[in-house]
Amino acid sequence: MAVQYLTEHYDDKDFVSLKGYKAKGGYKDLEKAFKLKPKEIIEMVKASGLRGRGGAGFPTGVKWSFLPDNGEERFLLCNADEGEPGTFKDRLMMEKAPHQLIEGMLISAFAINSKKSYIYIRGEYEYVAVILEKALKEAYDAGLLGKNILGSGFDHDMDVYRGAGAYICGEETGMISSLEGLKGQPKLKPPFPAIKGYLGKPTIVNNVETLAAVKYVIRDGVDAFRKYGTEKSAGTKLFSVSGDVQKPGNYEVPLGYPLKDLIEKECGGLLPGRKLKAVIPGGSSAPVLNAEEAYRATMDYECLAEMGSMLGSGAVIIIDDSNCMVDLLHVILHFYHHESCGQCTPCREGTGWIEKLSRKIVSGSGRLQDIDLLDKVAQNMKGRTICALSDAAALPTISFVAKFRDEFEFFVREGRSKVKGNIYAQSAH
Amino acid sequence: MALTEQGKEYVKKELDRYESRLSAIIPALYKVQEEKGWIAKEDIEELSRVMDLPASAIQEVATFYTMFNKKPTGKYHIQVCCNVTCAMKKGRELTDYILKKLDLEEGEVSNDGLFTVSRVECLGSCDTAPVLQVNFDYHENLDEKKVDLLLDQLRK
Ligand SMILES: Cc1cc2nc3c(=O)[nH]c(=O)nc-3n(C[C@H](O)[C@H](O)[C@H](O)COP(=O)(O)O)c2cc1C
Ligand code: SF4
Ligand code: FES
Repeated sequence: MAVQYLTEHYDDKDFVSLKGYKAKGGYKDLEKAFKLKPKEIIEMVKASGLRGRGGAGFPTGVKWSFLPDNGEERFLLCNADEGEPGTFKDRLMMEKAPHQLIEGMLISAFAINSKKSYIYIRGEYEYVAVILEKALKEAYDAGLLGKNILGSGFDHDMDVYRGAGAYICGEETGMISSLEGLKGQPKLKPPFPAIKGYLGKPTIVNNVETLAAVKYVIRDGVDAFRKYGTEKSAGTKLFSVSGDVQKPGNYEVPLGYPLKDLIEKECGGLLPGRKLKAVIPGGSSAPVLNAEEAYRATMDYECLAEMGSMLGSGAVIIIDDSNCMVDLLHVILHFYHHESCGQCTPCREGTGWIEKLSRKIVSGSGRLQDIDLLDKVAQNMKGRTICALSDAAALPTISFVAKFRDEFEFFVREGRSKVKGNIYAQSAH
Repeated sequence: MALTEQGKEYVKKELDRYESRLSAIIPALYKVQEEKGWIAKEDIEELSRVMDLPASAIQEVATFYTMFNKKPTGKYHIQVCCNVTCAMKKGRELTDYILKKLDLEEGEVSNDGLFTVSRVECLGSCDTAPVLQVNFDYHENLDEKKVDLLLDQLRK
């Protein structure tokens, strides 16, 4: 069953305003947090098992405790770049509940003793940035931001920063470069941002959904937060479901929820007369599942990792038997090639090469060796670069070729898609 | 002249808004684009003077980000998503349709100065695929009929 935990009041039109938000108990958890010691909050977040909702699933409280204890100024950055293909949940959260994010960020900022934060939002979400700016102004006017917030003695300023169309700025160090006014190129880690981040200062980067969830850890306490989810995947998660289902959209479910139920119960099942072929469970960077795997998967970090894929950003792309996997891989590889920032040779050259190979196959002039080469080049792109974009291109490639090899071979042998009526794949582009 | 007086005021304020003056480059480029639709070499030189920052730093940022138009762009920049879900929902066919209907190549400006069409990556609206943005406005669940209507409205 879908739950309404983080999304409880999203149907309420007034929830977007400070007044409407306060009517539902908004900013009470900030008051509650101010009565705790920052260290206690960090311990609670650790104990809650909350893991990053932006892609990597790193335990949030653990990340926070990496901050050095040296009195240096600290920054909190909210990652609202939401560029992972298939993902549209942060947009919903910010559009419906900007104050929920601001409150979550304030609690987090208090916990890590940061006096300044930014919400880095992708440029295409201009109207959402406007909603956020309006909410920030309301918060400033009400003394919820600025000096001595609610008489706590805690000062904090928050601002919105717009990106300008670069997927790589969703990678945390790319985002930091971008916010610093440079090209959004990732930086070598270590040092991790918690040690040396924005302007060389200790910096915590967290996703929108992660920061909003912090509020609920404080509101309900660790045990109540853990009522949802599994031991290793605590809480609820918003999944952005798109593709070949009756009712695509954002669905909040407890982590550990069966993917089959997500498709059939929440999304109303597949389109009439169609069969499931594949599911990309965590954004286009996540290795693809075939139908058999998809039907036994549960939506948590551990199950998807065991299946060789990942929960990623929670973008679930449902692919039925009317799609050509060779064509879809080509679309994905075109994206990664376009978005590679070009700093690392394996990524720059590799994404170009595998895109070209996939184009060759999809245009009907591929050879059998090209299929193996696609896999081989991808294998060599893994784990050798500054950021994970190279892997994000390599892993889908390897999984598409391994699980749908028959479609690749058919394309090479026959010079056309195995899927009837897949016109676009056949007309070379 | 790239910027209006108002635009210049805005840019100067942005310089003090962030910890580093360089962070004002993206907002400044957005301002230029808002006022004249695209960013030319002269605009970058002028920004360099107004902001007292090296033109090379501004140039680098302008080139890195795809949302900055480095060529003249129509009044309505039609950006059609051709990423995974939109591709599954015929976003690419729709792009071809729009280009054919406007008799345009991707990235060109139509003769009346109204339109430029570009293929873009996921717009974060995959549940309503196929999707496009006209400048910053979303148009969702599209088909040829809806596109016809949209183009007619924009021409008015
Ligand atoms: C290429 C690339 C793109 C990414 N894009 C995003 C993004 O759009 N949003 C996001 O929250 N995290 C993104 N991430 C993950 C971030 O680097 C980082 O792990 C995350 O923001 C941390 O927040 P969390 O721990 O709350 O998930 C991306 C990572 C990579 C390698
Ligand atoms: S892996 Fe690719 S995107 Fe990441 S830093 Fe290297 S070249 Fe840039
Ligand atoms: S794939 Fe087109 S909006 Fe996401």
